[in-house]
Amino acid sequence: MNYETILKRKPYSLGRVEKRGFYSQWMTELTLYHRQHCLPYEKLLKALKIPLGNMEEDKIPMLPVGLFKDMELISVSPADVFKTMTSSGTNGQEVSKIFLDTETAGYQQQALVSIGADFIGGERLPLLVIDSPDVLKNRELFSARGAGILGFSIFSSKICYALTSDMELDIKAVEAFLKRYKEKKILVFGFTYIIWKYFYKALATQGKNLELNNAILIHGGGWKKLISQSVSQEEFKTRICSVTGISRIHNYYGMAEQTGCIYMECPCGNLHASVYSDIITRRPVDFTPCEFGEKGIIQVLSPLPRSYPGHSILTEDEGVIIGEDDCLCGRLGKYFKVTGRIKQAQVRGCSDTYEG
Amino acid sequence: MTNLEKYDQLFIKDLRVKKEDLEELKYRGIRSWDSIGHMDLVTDLEETFGIHLNTIDVMDFSSYEKGKEVLKKYGVNI
Repeated sequence: MNYETILKRKPYSLGRVEKRGFYSQWMTELTLYHRQHCLPYEKLLKALKIPLGNMEEDKIPMLPVGLFKDMELISVSPADVFKTMTSSGTNGQEVSKIFLDTETAGYQQQALVSIGADFIGGERLPLLVIDSPDVLKNRELFSARGAGILGFSIFSSKICYALTSDMELDIKAVEAFLKRYKEKKILVFGFTYIIWKYFYKALATQGKNLELNNAILIHGGGWKKLISQSVSQEEFKTRICSVTGISRIHNYYGMAEQTGCIYMECPCGNLHASVYSDIITRRPVDFTPCEFGEKGIIQVLSPLPRSYPGHSILTEDEGVIIGEDDCLCGRLGKYFKVTGRIKQAQVRGCSDTYEG
Repeated sequence: MTNLEKYDQLFIKDLRVKKEDLEELKYRGIRSWDSIGHMDLVTDLEETFGIHLNTIDVMDFSSYEKGKEVLKKYGVNI
């Protein structure tokens, strides 16, 4: 497996036959690698009597995402850990800890850049972050929210944070920023729930409208809290557009346990798996793979995680794979929708960390 | 001040490193050259030299030496 070759590929350029072949090969190799470098992982697979040897992609063992909360899983020497990323942090709940060395962090960033550039383009844009700069206070240990902002900051030329430390909308700063880049395309980035609660609602309450007709909004994480408030994806888009004029809105699906290879929503409204990751949905009764169109538990696979055994993860989300290679937007790879959380899972949002 | 002196000074200021360590310096090779440090450095270089790097070149800027090649593409000779 050669990371340079993998990362050089365009994000939506791999058809199903080729992808199946590559993923069986890459995942087999990575499973073996992590068995040799992460003792708890090896013990677990041994206890489950997972054989060594070549496996088809859908036979690759998967770790339940919750395991990253219970155990510190790491496949490099602790001295080589460059960043530790935490997921979730809703009060009183355990957090996942993901250990990144410089190689894995680099792969993740490259994947994110390729995926993002497919939607944003290659030019760096003024970036309006709908969050507080405080999210990035601790550089060695940051949350999924911080990681998202950092990851997207590479697409930015200038950054403005729209929220203060107290999560209040800093309308003066935002208006000054928009005035300065009036004629330019602007990138707006944030977490779904934060955008809704601290940006949209603040604008709506104050009766303010921003001129962002020329902007692209990318948002992800924390969708679950909005579903519980009965805010649909369509309503989110309509309401955001009503106060900002933004019509290009892309949701994305992703998780701290597999950063970088996010699943972006295309103009047809479907989430897309890129070359750098794949998705399988599974039946809750026996974990066999679902057919396209059948709802199941989402499993995500990616060759990027090398410093921790997170290459094959069973999430706590439910979704439907709609098809593969034939979305009307033209992107190759599987495309799908996330429908919610599995029922037994503990409530956890990867970015819903502000309990204000 | 020469371009090289300006280039060096921004590294020293943004990444808090010593002049004698510059040549070996690699992105993510030290704690302070993480993605935050990287974007600070790129922003300062852009302001100092009046250029605007595209996303791919920000990624390619992977070491002290490699950065000189990247800036050359924008007509800045270090």
